[in-house]
This record gives sequence, C-alpha cells and structure tokens, in this order.
Amino acid sequence: MGVGDPPGMAIAHSTASGMGGMRTAGDLVARMQMTRGMKIGESKEYVAGKLGVSVMDLVDPVLMTEIRQDLNLGLTTPLPNYAKGMEAKFNIADVLGIEINSVAKFKERTKHGG
Amino acid sequence: MKRHLVRKGDGSFTELTESELKKELEEGTKDAADRAKVQPLAHDELEFLYDIFTYPSKFASVAMGNEVILTYDAATLKLRRVGVSTHRIQSLQVYEKLLGADTLEFDHVDYSFKPVKPIITFEQPELEQALLVTTLPLFYGAQPNLGLYNQPDGPCPNPGDLFAAGKIKEAQESQEQAVEYAVNDLVEVGSAMYESGADGINFDTTGAAGDTDFLATLKAVEILRTKYPRMCIEVGMAGEFVLGMHGGLSYDGVRLAGLYPHKQVELAQKAGVTIFGPVVNTKTDRSVPWNCARAVTFIKECVKISKIPIHADMGMGVGGLPMVDHPPTDAVSRASKAMVEITRLDGL
Repeated sequence: MGVGDPPGMAIAHSTASGMGGMRTAGDLVARMQMTRGMKIGESKEYVAGKLGVSVMDLVDPVLMTEIRQDLNLGLTTPLPNYAKGMEAKFNIADVLGIEINSVAKFKERTKHGG
Repeated sequence: MKRHLVRKGDGSFTELTESELKKELEEGTKDAADRAKVQPLAHDELEFLYDIFTYPSKFASVAMGNEVILTYDAATLKLRRVGVSTHRIQSLQVYEKLLGADTLEFDHVDYSFKPVKPIITFEQPELEQALLVTTLPLFYGAQPNLGLYNQPDGPCPNPGDLFAAGKIKEAQESQEQAVEYAVNDLVEVGSAMYESGADGINFDTTGAAGDTDFLATLKAVEILRTKYPRMCIEVGMAGEFVLGMHGGLSYDGVRLAGLYPHKQVELAQKAGVTIFGPVVNTKTDRSVPWNCARAVTFIKECVKISKIPIHADMGMGVGGLPMVDHPPTDAVSRASKAMVEITRLDGL
C-alpha cells in the first residue's frame, strides 16, 4: 500500500480491493503468499480447499465468521472461550498445513515444541 | 459537450471532455511504454479505464472475487502521524479489527534499519508481545536508507560533497563502503526480528538512495534467504526506476542504474525475495487518468514476467494516486480497481 491518512489509504483500498482480513479469509490467503510464495489465484484456491468452501466464499464475512468460529481461527468480535491471538495462530497453522514462525517460537520457548 | 470531473496528480479537480480523457489515457500508457520499452495497454484496457473514470459514483471497487491481499508500509506510524495517541500494539489491533487489514507491519518511528540496530533489544520484546495478541501475519518493516551512512549522519565521506569536488572515484568508493555497512545492519536487524517470531521482513522504500540502496538490499536478502529459507521477505521500491547515484554498480551481472519494475523484479527473484512491491511515480501536473494508465502499463509488464507475488505500491504520489496527504477516495478507489483488474497482480 503506501503513505496517506487511514481513511484515504487503508480504508479506501480495503473497501475497493482488499480481501477483508480476519473478517473473512484475507489473513489466511496472505499466509500462503508469504509462506509458499503463491500468487493470488493459487493462494485463494489452496485456502478454499482447506476450508471446504468456494473461492468466492473467502470474502463473505457472514460465512467466514461461521467457519472461523467452527475451526477456531480467530474472530474480529472475540467470543468467550474461543481462540484469540497466538491461540488462533496455532489452529491456523494446523488447518493450512503451514509453519507459522511465531507459533514455532512459542513452542520453543514454552518447551512444548518438537 | 459533456465534461468529466477527474483529478490531477496534485489532487485538484479538473474537467475533461470525452476526447480529452481518451487522449490522456493514450498518452499515459504511451509514456510508460516508451520509457520502459514495454507494450502499451490494449484498446479494451483503455476502454476499461475510460469506463472507470467516467463512472459517476464517488467510489469504485473491484468485482466480487477479484479482491487481493493488502500489505502495509509503516503501518503503526500511520496512526501516530495523524496524532492518534496509541501504543504500537494498539495500532496493530486497530488495523486488525477496525481497518480490514490482511497483514500487519510493526515498525519504529525512525523507520530505518540503521537507527533500529542499537535499540534492537527494545524492539524485539515489543514485537514478541504484539505476536501474542494479534492473529494476522506480522511483518517488521524499515527502510534500507543508505543516506544515513554518509557524513555527517554516518561514517562514510559524503559522496555528494565528493562528486561536487570532482572526486568521482572517491565518491563511488565511499558509496561502496556504505553498501557493506548497510548489508550488515539489514541482516542483523532482519535476523533479530525473525528470531523473535516476525512472519516476515519488509524492506520498504528500497532504492531511495539509488543503486547503492538497491544493491545493499539485494545482498542482504541473499544472506537472509540462505540463513532462513522459510522467511518471508518483501521488498518495496522507492521509485519507478533505480537512480544511478553511483552509476557503476551491478547485481548478478546486471547494471542497476535505470532499471524499471519489470527488470527490478528479475533481480529481486534471484536474490530470494518472496513478495515484490514495484513503484510508479505520479506526475502532479498531469491528470489521474494519465497517471493511472501510465502506472498500470509499467506494473502489467512486471506482473507478466514475475514468478513471485507482486504488491504494487499504491500510496500518495505513486501508482497513479494524487500526491496529497489525504488521498481523495474517488481517485484512490479508481486507481485501486484499475491496478488490480488490468494487471491481475497479487496485492497492494
């Protein structure tokens, strides 16, 4: 993205072209670009396959909230007894079949790794 | 005769007739094609741009299903810059929960690798705390900023002074020394933040100090890629072509000065970059349609040849956007849609 006040930059691009972050599956698709170097089409198909939904479903905040709740992948509006922050990233790593650096470090530091 | 309200690169409104608007688009793509020696946009792509800029609504967006990933430079600074008194971790939470961000970036207010190095032990624990409470992928970002290695701010004799004195060889030697110092800092800070748990490192505004800046970054990426094969490394550029401040530097046998985005990305791939962020500068005295047609032409070629994800820089003064602090959403949204749906890139 780039320089500019949040309404003119972050919000404008997010509304015009963004996937929606953790309201939808934006963070999950981003992780496939970041960990596997996948292009946008491939990363969306990969995530859709892992979640058992269509590519179009990935940007539906209604359906994705339910899926994120079912799989415990972190929610925009936090609910009691559901995964948040680091806890959610443990589940995201499992569902997507990827290593998340901060999860690996957490395991190392708590002696739960291996 | 119907006139269409569009913006200029300085953000001000102007009106164009149908033929004037079409001419702006044609001239914009031709300018990019001539400079970078790439194909201009096709007739149907210019028609698509025409439709975007004559669309009467205040805001434009991509068709459902065409959304892309957003990465951010200096994200935690954007709230502080507008005077909102939030801690950096709170800023990340604002991006995650309120701004619809797909990724996050943690950074220091000085936003350069060199000043971060002596305070790295303060940066790491805060990043580690941020990682505990956020869910989105989190980058650590800063600028290579080779200018900081020149006197009086740094150890190397100032090449600007040496060039002015006609000492060309001495100026180039000073720049080459700065590259070595910078590589060391980029690798040290990048390694520390990755060891702390960052999902990726973002080298932002690469090339701001010219070919020395780009070379230092490519060398640092190469070292980090060998050291951490799984690390996500994003390199975002500073300008549309690499300035030849040294003029004689090359990477992998390719001279760096004068490279346009589609040539820059080839070297980025070779070095081990995961995500590349090309830049196209805005010309403030031309219209936003002219600038968009021009920017899209450069980036389309970059996307076409790239094997890695492309996230074009779409901030103020780049990517076809006006050069203003508060970018008007009518222009931002049109540029955003044009860039995504014509180039088919992977993110912004």
